[in-house]
Amino acid sequence: MTVATPPAPPGTDRRRPPPRPRRRGDLGAAVLFLVPATIGFVVFYLVPAVRGAWFSLTDYAVLAPGSFVGLENYRRLAADPQFWNAMGVTAYYVVINIVVQTLLAIALAVLLQRMTRSILVRGIALLPYFVANVVVALVWYFMLDYQIGVVNVLLGYVGVDAQAFFGDPALAIPTIALINVWRHLGYTALLLFAGLQTISPQVYEAAAIDGASAWRQFRSITLPLLRPVLALVLVVTVTGSFQVFDTVAVTTGGGPVDATRVVYLYIYDLAFAQLDFGYASAISVVLFVVLLVVAIVQLRLLRANESDNA
Amino acid sequence: MTQTDDRRRHRPTRAAALVAAAALALGGCAAAGEGDGPVTLTYWMWDANQLPAYQECASAFEAANPDVRVNIEQYGWEDYWTQLTARMVAESAPDVFVDHTQQFGKYAGFGQILDLEDRVEESGIDLDQYQPGLVDLWRGADGGLYGMPKDWDTVGLYYNADLLAEAGIDPAEMWRLEWNPQDGGSFERLLARLTVDRNGVRGDEPGFDSERVAVYGMGYGEAGGGFGQAQWASFALSTGWTYADRNPWPTRLAYDDPAFIETIGWYRSLIEKGYMPPLAAATSGIGVIESMGSGAYATLVEGAWNARAMSELQGVDIRVAPTPVGPSGQRASVFNGVSDAVYAGTPHPDEAWRWVEYLAGRDCQDAVATHARVFPAIAESSTIAVAAFEELGVDAQAFAVHVEDGTGVQAPVTGSWARIQSVMAPAMDAVLALQRDPSSLAAANDRVNAVLADDS
Repeated sequence: MTVATPPAPPGTDRRRPPPRPRRRGDLGAAVLFLVPATIGFVVFYLVPAVRGAWFSLTDYAVLAPGSFVGLENYRRLAADPQFWNAMGVTAYYVVINIVVQTLLAIALAVLLQRMTRSILVRGIALLPYFVANVVVALVWYFMLDYQIGVVNVLLGYVGVDAQAFFGDPALAIPTIALINVWRHLGYTALLLFAGLQTISPQVYEAAAIDGASAWRQFRSITLPLLRPVLALVLVVTVTGSFQVFDTVAVTTGGGPVDATRVVYLYIYDLAFAQLDFGYASAISVVLFVVLLVVAIVQLRLLRANESDNA
Repeated sequence: MTQTDDRRRHRPTRAAALVAAAALALGGCAAAGEGDGPVTLTYWMWDANQLPAYQECASAFEAANPDVRVNIEQYGWEDYWTQLTARMVAESAPDVFVDHTQQFGKYAGFGQILDLEDRVEESGIDLDQYQPGLVDLWRGADGGLYGMPKDWDTVGLYYNADLLAEAGIDPAEMWRLEWNPQDGGSFERLLARLTVDRNGVRGDEPGFDSERVAVYGMGYGEAGGGFGQAQWASFALSTGWTYADRNPWPTRLAYDDPAFIETIGWYRSLIEKGYMPPLAAATSGIGVIESMGSGAYATLVEGAWNARAMSELQGVDIRVAPTPVGPSGQRASVFNGVSDAVYAGTPHPDEAWRWVEYLAGRDCQDAVATHARVFPAIAESSTIAVAAFEELGVDAQAFAVHVEDGTGVQAPVTGSWARIQSVMAPAMDAVLALQRDPSSLAAANDRVNAVLADDS
C-alpha cells in the first residue's frame, strides 16, 4: 500500500530502490509472517464466506438446521420490495456520503499540506475518527433532537423552524450520511495527504516557473498524480460506505417508513430478529457481488495500477 | 428508533442502555462453575433499574440454597435478544433468563426453553395466586408452560400537572375522560385545551396555528407498528377491538377491522389538528420521557415500567391517570408481562428450576415490590408495589385499575412477531406520516396473515 509509505529522505531516489541481495531463508521468514494473517483470513473470512454462500441455498434458521432449497432465496429476493428499497436507500446514502466526503477530503488534504506543518492541527483533523461510530451517532442524535437539540435551538435563534433531522424521510439519509462524513473526513484526508507527500516538489516548481496558477497546478499536477491513491481511497471508502450499519442502528433503526432501512440493517434484522438466516445470507451474497463489481469498475476507471508520477 | 420499539419494556434511554451494556461487558465475564463446588447459575436480565431488587432475591436464595450460586448478568435491551440468540446457537445460553411475550414464542418453537408444566405440578405452586391472565401469556402452541410470570404492566396517561394548572383544568378531570373515534370526546377537548401554539393561543381558541405548536397536547415516540402499546392500543382496544382472532397463537390478525382503521384515522387526525406532533418530529427526538421533561408534551400514554423515570424528572411535576374510557364503555390497556424462562440446554435444570421457583414465589416478589419499579405477578405482591409506588408519589392506581376492572388485554403472543413488525412498522409509519390512508392497513393485514400462514 503506497499510501502508508513515509516520504523518502532527501537525496534518495524513491522510484528505484537499490537492489537488495537475496538471502537464503527468505521463504521461511515469509511463511512465518504470512501464517497469522492467513489463519485469520481463513477463519474469519474464507470459512464464513463459504458457509454463508451455502446458507444462502438453504432455509437455515440459526436455531434449527436448514434444508437445501436451491435458488429459492434468490427468487424471493428478486420479488422482495423491502430488499430493493434497502438497495436504493443504501445507494442514495453512498452517493451523498462519498461525493461530499471525497471532495471535502481532497480540499482538507491540500490545506493540510499547504497551510500548516503543525502536527497538532493535522492531528485535530483526525480527532472525530478516534471516537467510536456509535458514540458519534449518539452525540449527533442528541444535538439534532427535534425538541431539545442544540442545533434546532440555534436554528430557532436565526428564525429557521426546527428540523426533524432523523424523523423526516427526506432528511434522514442525508443527515446520517453527513454525520459519517464528519467522522471519516479527517481519516480520508490523511490518506490523501500521504498521497500528496509523494508528489515531487520539483514538479510544482517547474509549473510555477511556467506561470501556472494554483488552481491550474491543482488540476494538472495534484489531481492526476494523486489518482492511484485516490482510487484506493475510493475503493476502501465506497466499500465501507455500502456497509453502513451502526449509525443507522442507534438513531433511526430503519425508519421512518423504511427510509433509512439500509441493506446491512435489513440483513441484520432478517438474520438475528427474524432468524431467517438463509434469506439473509442470500442478500449478503448479492451485496458481496455488487461490491466486487463496484470495486473492479472503480479500479478500472481510475487506472489505479498506473501512475503519472514519472 | 425504531421499528420495534414497543417490544422493549423496562427500557431506560438508549444512551443509558448502551453505557450499562458496555460497563457490564467489561465487568461481567464470569465463568460458570463446574465440578464439586456449588453450582453456579447464570441469570440474564435487561433492566438495570431492577438489578438491585433481583440481587436481593439472589442473596436470599443463595442463603437458603448453599449448593447454588446465582450470577446475574445484565445486557441492555438493544443487545439482549441478539446476545441470547447467539448464545443459544453456541449452546451456552444463560441457565435462566428474563423473557418477553413477543420473544418467547420464537424460542419455545425452536425448543430452546424448558416446559415447566410438570415441575409446577410437582412443586404444587398455586397458579391462581398470579394476576388473572398472566400465566396464560406463557403457554406455548403445544399448551406447555414456557415461563413463570414475573411481573405485569399496563399503560397510563401521564400528564404535566403544571401545564394542566395553566390551562385551568382540574386534575380530577383526568380520571373522568372518555373518547370516541367520531369527535374524540372529552379527551380530545382536553388535548385541544392543553395544546398551545407559539403565539400562546390554545388549540381550542380561535386563531390557533396548528403548524407552529409550542406545547403539544399529547406526545408519542413512534407509530407503534402492529402493537402500539404506548400509542394507539389503549384507544383501539377500548372500542372492543382486539389484535387477532385468538390469543395466544393467533391465526389471523385484525388490522383490517373497520373499528381499528377508524381509530387509527382519529388518532392521526390529532396530528393534522396540531394536538400531536407530526411523525417526523415525534420520532426525531431522544425520547418521549425527555420531551415530557422539557415541557414539549402535556400528556403522554406510556407504560407503568417508566413510572419511576417519569416521577423522577427534574423541574416538572409529572403525574399519571388511567387511559380514557372508550366506546365500549370501558378503559383498555395492553396487559403485558415478563417471565423467567429456563434454557433447554442448561446442564443444571433442577437448580435452575429452584431459582425460577424462588423468583416466582412470594418472598422474592414481595421484595421486588418494595423497590417500586414494577408490579409483581402475584396479586398480593402487586398490592405491596402499589403502596410502595404511592409512597413515592406515583398514583399506581392508574395502572392497577385495569387489573381490578379486567380491562387489560393480553399482548398478542406469536412466534412470528419480528416478521409481523417488519411489515406493520413501515405500514403504520406511512399512515401516521400522512403518506397513506388508514385503509391501507387492510393490505398490510393481508401480508401479515400470509406471514402467519407461512410460519404455522
